[in-house]
Amino acid sequence: MDAAPSLKAARGAAPRAPEPRTRLVRLLDREGALLEDADFSPWVADVDAEQLRGLYRSMALARRFDEEATNLQRQGQLVLWAPLRGQEAAQVGSVRALRPDDHVFPTYREHAVAIERGVAAAELLGVFRGHAAGGWKPSEHHMNVYSIVLGSQVPHATGYAMGVAMDRRAAEAEGREVEPTAVIAYFGDGTSTQGEVHEGMVFAASYDAPVVFFVQNNQWAISVPFSTQSRVPLAERAAGYGFEGVRVDGNDVLGVLAVTRWAMDRARRGEGPVLVEAETYRLGAHTTADDPTKYRDREDERRWAQLDPLVRLEAHLRTRHGTGDAFFEDVARAAQDYADEARATVLSLSPPRFEQFFDTVYAEPHPLVEEERAWYRDYVAGFADASPDGQDPPADGAPDDDGAPAAPGAPTAGLTVAADPDRPAEGTASGTEEDLA
Amino acid sequence: MTEPTTLTLGRAVNSGLRRAMEEDPKVLLMGEDIGSLGGVYRVTEGLKKDFGAHRVLDTPLGEAGIVGTAVGLALRGYRPVCEIQFDGFTFPAFNQITTQLAKMHNRTAGDVSVPVTIRIPYGGLIGSVEHHSESPEAYFAHTAGLRILTPSSPQDAYWMTQQAIACEDPVIVLEPKRRYWLKGEVDTGRPGTDPFSAQVLRPGEDATVVAWGPLVPVALAAAEAAAEDGRSVEVIDLRSLSPVDFDTLEDSVRRTGRMVVAHEAPTFGGLGGEIAARLTERAFYALEAPVLRVGAFHLPYPVAAVEDQYVPDLDRILEALDRSFAY
Repeated sequence: MDAAPSLKAARGAAPRAPEPRTRLVRLLDREGALLEDADFSPWVADVDAEQLRGLYRSMALARRFDEEATNLQRQGQLVLWAPLRGQEAAQVGSVRALRPDDHVFPTYREHAVAIERGVAAAELLGVFRGHAAGGWKPSEHHMNVYSIVLGSQVPHATGYAMGVAMDRRAAEAEGREVEPTAVIAYFGDGTSTQGEVHEGMVFAASYDAPVVFFVQNNQWAISVPFSTQSRVPLAERAAGYGFEGVRVDGNDVLGVLAVTRWAMDRARRGEGPVLVEAETYRLGAHTTADDPTKYRDREDERRWAQLDPLVRLEAHLRTRHGTGDAFFEDVARAAQDYADEARATVLSLSPPRFEQFFDTVYAEPHPLVEEERAWYRDYVAGFADASPDGQDPPADGAPDDDGAPAAPGAPTAGLTVAADPDRPAEGTASGTEEDLA
Repeated sequence: MTEPTTLTLGRAVNSGLRRAMEEDPKVLLMGEDIGSLGGVYRVTEGLKKDFGAHRVLDTPLGEAGIVGTAVGLALRGYRPVCEIQFDGFTFPAFNQITTQLAKMHNRTAGDVSVPVTIRIPYGGLIGSVEHHSESPEAYFAHTAGLRILTPSSPQDAYWMTQQAIACEDPVIVLEPKRRYWLKGEVDTGRPGTDPFSAQVLRPGEDATVVAWGPLVPVALAAAEAAAEDGRSVEVIDLRSLSPVDFDTLEDSVRRTGRMVVAHEAPTFGGLGGEIAARLTERAFYALEAPVLRVGAFHLPYPVAAVEDQYVPDLDRILEALDRSFAY
């Protein structure tokens, strides 16, 4: 009997993906020289040396903060961290295009965006320390909390933008002047596969919602490369929805700023949604629970490291604007100070009181929550070491009074947790991040 | 002072929506075919004509998109009311309902509210095809952050619709679709009772039957039949499936000593199990028999030709009462 044909043979040669039709916008070349673009250069004509230095400062600060957070996770002070290294230009360039009233719907990697929106280090790191689910007030920062179930935030952004458009129509009907605003939804190339992203885009087109879909294509959905996720650049999908799509070099902060300004302006003027694809690269791991050496080659990483967004802007500032060492040293010091402050803040954070989580499940009183809260209070009060202020007694394996998690190898509730040198400290690895794609 | 009018349950929902829209310009309706067509059950008939397409949105076909954009609209200050066309089509929106809508208030430590109402025509015996006849209440009752109401009468349908929309929390209103044509008096001048309370519809002394939504008339009929055998059966309409008004149930069972919970959803893992367990914990010594459950089988909802054997009926409730009295 003949051997069955292999699957590969049965399928034949893999069909070739079509050549990208969408050009890549780039305003700073790989050596940091300025490029002229008839469509997008005018959008950053006002950006002078001082503003460029400000962009550099923000990117450098975000990078140093990100390094410090990674270190904190390795030291057992955060339960998880999702590094942004490599994506600084995509995040800083895009968020700088926003006005204060524009609303942001992020995933969980938008740390530079959050910092630029005024989210404090403690608010941000509280999420990754396991102290808060969201961390900050969306109403204060015009930025929703991080979305962990990826893609969920995209229809939220569309709905919010539909509301913006409705408010605008109502104001116009009443003859009131309103400052036009728009919405931006961040997500990654992996998330672009989620059905909710598709529905969010269909709804955005149907209602001409003032929303910009900003994809950071960092080439990887944990271990799955972009080639598995899409046959075409994601920006080209916009044509299928009937709105504009733009590809931009995501490691070129000036290009990202220009494209996002253009897109947000279009949306604010009521000309509908835009899909921006920023092509970048996640230089680090997906999260601290991940190991990129298992799925990608060093050569690829080395090649992308040469396209580092900070290096490119630094070259531009040095050659074109004569920015010298003093500036870069000053930025490095400021970034170090910020990182030191973040570290000190994290170490000073106390675990939240468990009981506070009963407070915000519902906006209105709920008898089951009240019943269980009362039961919990009585239960806690029944322990001999219950403190008089009702503070929860430390549970086995939980952080103790100084906030340090139980050491690996420490007995927890009768079980001994093995210390594995290849794993982060116990209490730091999360088994629940499969959706963090 | 308004006089009570007689309406079908479906028209009562329509009147409730209309009044909510009149009173609050931020109330929007969104769903598939709810505008010009008036919904597949015509529950939203006439509302687009009177309030305009900007307040009654005929959405594209995408349940996750409907609920997901409703979350965003609520974050912007609107009060969206989503219609999911049929119970079985809720599942494409399951992620948005359970991981997003239910949790946004808690995730933001109370900074934002998402007062979204989701109307779902639910339950069987309408002679339809697969995915048109399901009772998904247990999935949602299991999720903290959601509230679930189900009216069984036009009066409740009228008021619960408005109460759900006014609530700052997300509320799922399960509308018993086979009762859309049930007629009853609606008093628009008399405010509705607390939507999260159970109501004793028929007092009794020997046993309690708890039911909700489509099974309430069946439970009442069963009590009527039991009375012919000399048994006095109390009937409670649960009305709110999350939270559950256990106080009213406990008070009843302490008087009657026997309880049967009847619902259309499959018994295994259903809300009846939760009620039985809680009542056993609360009133064990008052019980003359275990709290018994009447529900559907652990089968996918069957084809229309045999669905009447799947959905509990009057005889199945009477059989459970017999078992209870046999203890």
